[in-house]
Amino acid sequence: MEIKSCVKIRKEWDIVSARQMGREMAKELGFGTVDQARIATAISELARNIYLYAEDGQIDYEVITEVNRRGIKITAHDNGPGIEDLGRVMEDGYSTSGGLGAGLPGVKRLMNHFDLQSEPGKGTTVTAIKWVR
Amino acid sequence: MRIPILKLHNYLLVSIQVDLDDQTAIRFQEDLLDKIHKSGATGVVIDLTSVDIIDSFIAKVLGDVVTMSDLMGAKVVLTGIQPAVAMTLIDLGVHMQNVPTALNLEQGLIKLRQELEE
Repeated sequence: MEIKSCVKIRKEWDIVSARQMGREMAKELGFGTVDQARIATAISELARNIYLYAEDGQIDYEVITEVNRRGIKITAHDNGPGIEDLGRVMEDGYSTSGGLGAGLPGVKRLMNHFDLQSEPGKGTTVTAIKWVR
Repeated sequence: MRIPILKLHNYLLVSIQVDLDDQTAIRFQEDLLDKIHKSGATGVVIDLTSVDIIDSFIAKVLGDVVTMSDLMGAKVVLTGIQPAVAMTLIDLGVHMQNVPTALNLEQGLIKLRQELEE
């Protein structure tokens, strides 16, 4: 069973819509309030990255089911400038926007699974999963 | 959207009850500094009881407004940060050190009074 929905990120307010949608889905899936906040915050960071660096992109939401667990899968993708140095963006405190956004290391800590794919000039895709405890 | 800022004697009271978008957060920062300037308030309580998400951007705006107000001569206390929000901020790597906080509005006012030694 896969439920898929998406929010396009083009303007600032879309960041709020994206995290509200994530929180609602997380709530329906049975996540506790702390994990709901973690998921919503992670989405907020990912959506802001799209807004700041790519200007246009999308967040996809998917319910994933395995044998004995369920979770939410968030995919943030854009066709923006991409990331030159993948190692560096995963360092805490690294930012090219002057301190906006705690960035990807924070998102990684908030979620259970994290994957970053990027190609300079082509775009970036971040996949993050959180399992219901 | 604008966040209402109430004046009570020498204090300003703010209760944030909406999901803050970036624009509203920035406008709030400006409004608060302006109100401090016009009212001559010496203390500010920003109550976050109803806020269920603080991402790195909002944390930065809040942290900055504390420092900015301090530069102007007004003390700010953040109150009522929810457990889920506190945990999320630490996961994010946002530690908000040097930001005065209190459990609730009441404790916040007590803290302000102590800091301002009234």
